[in-house]
Amino acid sequence: MVDITPRAADAIAPAEVPDVELYHPHSWWTTYVFSQDAKVIAIQYAGTAMAIGMVALVLSWLMRLQLGFPGTFDFITPEAYYQFVTMHGMIMVIYLLTALFLGGFGNYLIPLMVGARDMVFPYVNMLSYWIYLLAVLVLVASFFAPGGPTGAGWTLYPPQAILSGTPGGQQAGILLMLASLILFIIGFTMGGLNYVVTVLQGRTRGMTLMRMPLTVWGIFTATVMALLAFPALFVACVMMLFDRLLGTSFFMPALVEMGEQLSYGGGSPILFQHLFWFFGHPEVYIVALPAFGIVSDLISTHARKNIFGYRMMVWAIVGIGALSFIVWAHHMYVSGMHPWFGFFFATTTLIIAIPTAIKVYNWVLTLWRGDIHLTIPMLFALAFIVTFVNGGLTGLFLGNVVVDVPLSDTMFVVAHFHMVMGVAPIMVVFGAIYHWYPKITGRMFSEWMGQFHFWVTFVGAYAIFFPMHYVGLVGVPRRYPELGETAFIPDSVHTLNAFITVAALIVGFAQLVFLFNMLWSLRYGRDAGGNPWRATSLEWQTPTTPPPHGNWGKQVPLVYRWAYDYSVPGAPQDFIAQNDPWPGKAAPA
Amino acid sequence: MAIALVLVLVVVGSVLFHALSPWWWTPIASNWDYIDHTLVITFWITGVVFAAVVLFMAYCVWRFRHKEGSKAHYEPESKRLETWLTVVTGIGVAAMLAPGLYVWSQFITVPDDATDVEVIAQQWQWSYRLPGADGKLGTSDSRLISAENPLGVNPEDPNGQDDVVVEAADLHLPIGKPVKMLLRSIDVLHDFYVPEFRAKMDMIPGSVTYFWFTPTRTGSFEVLCAELCGTGHGFMRGVVAVDTEQDYQAWLQEQSTFAQLTAPEKVGAAEMVQP
Repeated sequence: MVDITPRAADAIAPAEVPDVELYHPHSWWTTYVFSQDAKVIAIQYAGTAMAIGMVALVLSWLMRLQLGFPGTFDFITPEAYYQFVTMHGMIMVIYLLTALFLGGFGNYLIPLMVGARDMVFPYVNMLSYWIYLLAVLVLVASFFAPGGPTGAGWTLYPPQAILSGTPGGQQAGILLMLASLILFIIGFTMGGLNYVVTVLQGRTRGMTLMRMPLTVWGIFTATVMALLAFPALFVACVMMLFDRLLGTSFFMPALVEMGEQLSYGGGSPILFQHLFWFFGHPEVYIVALPAFGIVSDLISTHARKNIFGYRMMVWAIVGIGALSFIVWAHHMYVSGMHPWFGFFFATTTLIIAIPTAIKVYNWVLTLWRGDIHLTIPMLFALAFIVTFVNGGLTGLFLGNVVVDVPLSDTMFVVAHFHMVMGVAPIMVVFGAIYHWYPKITGRMFSEWMGQFHFWVTFVGAYAIFFPMHYVGLVGVPRRYPELGETAFIPDSVHTLNAFITVAALIVGFAQLVFLFNMLWSLRYGRDAGGNPWRATSLEWQTPTTPPPHGNWGKQVPLVYRWAYDYSVPGAPQDFIAQNDPWPGKAAPA
Repeated sequence: MAIALVLVLVVVGSVLFHALSPWWWTPIASNWDYIDHTLVITFWITGVVFAAVVLFMAYCVWRFRHKEGSKAHYEPESKRLETWLTVVTGIGVAAMLAPGLYVWSQFITVPDDATDVEVIAQQWQWSYRLPGADGKLGTSDSRLISAENPLGVNPEDPNGQDDVVVEAADLHLPIGKPVKMLLRSIDVLHDFYVPEFRAKMDMIPGSVTYFWFTPTRTGSFEVLCAELCGTGHGFMRGVVAVDTEQDYQAWLQEQSTFAQLTAPEKVGAAEMVQP
């Protein structure tokens, strides 16, 4: 049953919790720097992630300049190009998207949305951020190390990752990369355990699991997945460090490098690929599931309509999370693994399309007969659906084993994964920031700057990545700094590459408008009030905005209903907050 | 309102781009037109779904946009509609998966009459080995690689003596005969990729991987490496020429066997295996 009516048991008065002075920070340092408040930690995570994300943005410009206008920029040597590719990919996937969705949105929203005062282990939560920051600093350090950062591709496939033919392979680059990943995973585990335990144990009374907003379901499921998937990357990093430093041969068979016999022998390069993708495929959904959850709430709120098929949406999130652990080798159809694996992994991969499609249907069916307010968050949510459907559908090409054979390792793959796990989740990131900015800061952002940012980003990103599929269809391989004179590549492909580069530069610059808007509105934005979107979920019902340490003042909220009571027939207004006892008597003041 | 219009334009623009743009795959030169057919089926199914979803969204945004006094319909879920959509999606997925798996089973089932051709990749060049008159490739080991024996062919193996060695030069193949490409790397991962053949497969040091195909068109085709293999990756090119049988035999006569290449140093090479 969809749980929308208050129950008799809900008549219990909300618990009053006395404010204990001991809990609160006493100095500037413990309030703003070494803070144990999940909301401050969230902003630290998000700020760091966006700062390192700007580095990745600049790297993408440099790559696109080389691809669009090869030979024009002398400093972009093949070595430098591979370093840019590698660092761009790794930063975007791990240090930006994973950190932002889980460390940023997870920290800010989980306690507020489930009616908790904070994460259950605030001190460990604080450590999580500082170790993440250390991981980022180690990563940045590799830019300044002798030989520069690693250029092994973000997949870091051995043997080349630790050999001299790859930038940073025999220098510090790869070591710093592996060290940084290991630190990131340690830091993430500290935060991740917090998110999971808070959702399971820290919910306020009345907040049953099936009353939680889908945002929390998405972040919760993604965190469970990350806790199971990251250990595979962790051991792979440790084993590769041993291969590189101690001369072990986990991933290194007997090989001859540039005419010289190396002392390695007996290891398996493909073992690394299995470990990497056992992490790497769930990672796609670790980024996607929080985006799925958040976008569900954006659409529901701004269409003033309950999310269609809530229970199906929850099971689809959980189902996708579980299935994503048995599809990893679809990244390896042409890796040389046993060809019979192809049957299994193609089948599981196409099956995962079904719960994913259900989610898309339910988003668009939520729009059906809604009362759609075309706010900035809603526009980004719509852009998410378009780009996600586009990227998801091209996944059916690459997942269907034999169709993948001609397309794998071409620009088609690059276009696909950018659309589905780059553009689409980033649309949600923007939508979410615009949506929750009034709660975080107490002020509204500038509408016209938001409009400008949306249109350039959405149309521009589509113009970058849609045509890129066709570059791959021609047969242009990925990870080529230049195409040179290649008979099967017509000149028109070079023109298209130049067009894509120009679009990428424009979209990149538009992000400066976004950053300016965020900073400008902090001071000059108009007062937002506590609940400007007239939303139902608990974070909008805090007694003060922005919410202080402890979130709720004296009383934690008592929850009577799910998070989607919009436009309920007979209700006095078009939303009923989760802690509103309507039609029962009002909660005692 | 602009967004509804733009959503429609996204669909129209994407379809027109697909139909009118000059960018499409290279003319095929192998038997794998099945792969192209499966790809076209996938394009149709996914294209229809994309257009349907985005146009439906555009309609919703236009029809149900906020107006003064309008109120959303309240309907938490509809089991019937959700089941129906799930079943239709399942059928669509099966319609793509079935031909995909069928063609994959062909792709991995090498015909008995296929000739072995070995490709050896190293940073950053391509070499080849053909089985010679006995039709068998000799064994090989990367530990045997030296300046005289760059492919690591086992000098003790009688099957290897007549193997034709093509070091860092073009490969020729006769038209119309199935070949099984045995793929070997002596240093890092590589991937033997000829766009016109459609097939490709990674090469892993320490293992031998394979794919098979039948060349169906004569001509000269560029080989590219499709797995990142270090700074020279983008420049790791080669050429496969598909010849008529006559031209192929003429080319084959000009090549040297392993025995011919190593004859003067044969004793030395044999000693090298001893530790």
